[in-house]
Amino acid sequence: MSERITLDYGSGGRASQRLVKELFVRHLGNPGLNRLDDAALITGLEGPLSMSTDTFTVDPIFFPGGDIGSLAVHGTVNDVAMLGAIPRFMSCAFILEEGLDMGDLNRIAASMAGAARDAGVSIVTGDTKVVPRGAVDKIFINTTGIGSVIANPSPSGSSASPGDLILVSGSIGDHGLAILSHRQGIAFETDILSDSQALNHLTVKLIKEAGPIHVLRDPTRGGLATTLNEIAQQSGVELLIEQEVIPVRKEVEGGCSFLGLDPLYLANEGKFICILPEKSARKALEIMRSDPAGLGAAVIGQVREGRKGRVILRTPLGGHRLLDMLEGEQLPRIC
Amino acid sequence: MNLLNKFRDPKLCQNLLSQIKEELEDEFRFMEVCGTHTVAIFQSGIRSLLPQGMVHLSGPGCPVCVTHDREIAAYLALCEKDLLVATFGDLIKVPGPGGRSLKTAQAEGARIKVVYSALDALNIALENPGQRVVFLGVGFETTAPTVAAVIKMAGKQGIKNFSVLSFHKLVPPALAALAADRQISVDGLLLPGHVSAIIGIKPYLFLAEEYGLPAVIAGFEPLDILQAILVMIRQKHESRARVENNYRRVVADQGNLRAMEVMDDVFERCDALWRGLGTIPGSGLAISSKYEEFDASKVYGQELPLVEEIPGCKCGDVLKGLIQPDKCPLFDTRCTPARPVGPCMVSTEGSCAAYHRYVL
Repeated sequence: MSERITLDYGSGGRASQRLVKELFVRHLGNPGLNRLDDAALITGLEGPLSMSTDTFTVDPIFFPGGDIGSLAVHGTVNDVAMLGAIPRFMSCAFILEEGLDMGDLNRIAASMAGAARDAGVSIVTGDTKVVPRGAVDKIFINTTGIGSVIANPSPSGSSASPGDLILVSGSIGDHGLAILSHRQGIAFETDILSDSQALNHLTVKLIKEAGPIHVLRDPTRGGLATTLNEIAQQSGVELLIEQEVIPVRKEVEGGCSFLGLDPLYLANEGKFICILPEKSARKALEIMRSDPAGLGAAVIGQVREGRKGRVILRTPLGGHRLLDMLEGEQLPRIC
Repeated sequence: MNLLNKFRDPKLCQNLLSQIKEELEDEFRFMEVCGTHTVAIFQSGIRSLLPQGMVHLSGPGCPVCVTHDREIAAYLALCEKDLLVATFGDLIKVPGPGGRSLKTAQAEGARIKVVYSALDALNIALENPGQRVVFLGVGFETTAPTVAAVIKMAGKQGIKNFSVLSFHKLVPPALAALAADRQISVDGLLLPGHVSAIIGIKPYLFLAEEYGLPAVIAGFEPLDILQAILVMIRQKHESRARVENNYRRVVADQGNLRAMEVMDDVFERCDALWRGLGTIPGSGLAISSKYEEFDASKVYGQELPLVEEIPGCKCGDVLKGLIQPDKCPLFDTRCTPARPVGPCMVSTEGSCAAYHRYVL
């Protein structure tokens, strides 16, 4: 039987030290982390800076297309990037459940290392706690990221202006459906992979080459619909979205209709919304479509004066309806 | 998928819409009695495209919405016993007496698990032999056969820690109650595709024969719905009410005999309480005495507690098509999807929730 995490590993004593050195530093090591001081020494970061934190709790911890480790890196890297920044450094804190398989933890740390390397960030500080069985579900990871903002002005959810076009970088709902379809209790299988990926290379390219970008947001929890509503509210504008051109994979559409879910409310972990003046939209679309992270990019709508904070969906039939914010969890229906 | 795309073809749909516009004389009020139709009509934008004079009403077609306060009270009472309660997700937010719901019970420590099917609940019972598992059985003829099959399976396997609290309801008796109600004015009924796949066309024939109501079984794609509306309008013009099956790719006229057989074996008809409609004779399904060891109402002596009605909530009038959701004094004031007062605001397929979510 493989080794398991015991409460000793969170004691701060020798066992903790071994875990840090033999597992975390082995995978994630870099000059900053290897110092093993109380804090990370950061040099060379020029302001203004973008900083973001997020805590990751996902069930299952390994899912098609990723795992909680890569997700914890991508999620924070993407949030930092959405302010028009180049993410550089990260912290990560683990809360481990007593009994967690050491092999699983190894895989997760290795996956974090790979994701961090691909995104060009260094994990320079961290923490580990072990809590009794049942106090958390296997493993929770918090990551905080920081990077230099290169966009001026920095994109913001409150900067959408009437006339701007709304772009999305690819198919919607992949992550949410991949997770749901592999969650225990749902006997239903698809080939859908999570879209979990770092977006910073593409957003940096856009900022440098497409001209001023008003809004960059990644529609994670709550999905595209919820994020669009947040933008409409923050910017005090109305958004008109064309349903027919929103990219949704056939398998996701099929899975959603089976489970009674709406892909527009499913989480994404590797897509972003980009809102910018109409005149730069074509260039932006070209840049996105020539990057692996934006192959399926599309223009999905436009910002207009209208009623503040409202998102309207024009359906393929030509009807108009509200595209509302998600209230709570989407729940499986009866029939 | 390709087949389904054809049923969403915008051009074909627009043609149908113009025919409906052309053939519509003054007013036509149609009611659907299926939550999936409710959502499809709003979500596809059909509702915003119907010509003036076409009135869309959502009847008692969402299983959650018709669940009575007393039934919710029974669920909550079960949660206080040492049990694991397995339920469909839609039910957990429905407020019962005093605003309490399964979700609040869960927060207070009740063991409640959301499942996708009765089979999932049975599997939980199998995997946890030390736990007593109760599945909350709600839903119409669509859901009841699968629950019946699971009860039979539990019987065959001799499982002792699994039971079902059955509040299943039947659609045709509710339609009979609506048709007989003189308060309600409807020119045609859009009949539920899923339910009809089980029961076929026969149980609806009385609608045309006794009440002169055009009624059309329809699927859930925009083309299905628009075509059914056109058929109803034409029937009205010709003053020739008929029940038609317009969903032949799924619904056989005789229904699904196997499903009905399983349902009839496990359940027996009983009177049932419907929110807004009251007691409708023969409209419920109780677990028959042959399978009483799986009947949670008997195993745990769980009766329907007496409760006070939620003051101000007009879910009943909405379900009967007497008012549109926004005419309820609580709509979007005290009753919102975040803090629903009545079940029509809870379920994603409820008429109030759909109205709140989709209407501009």
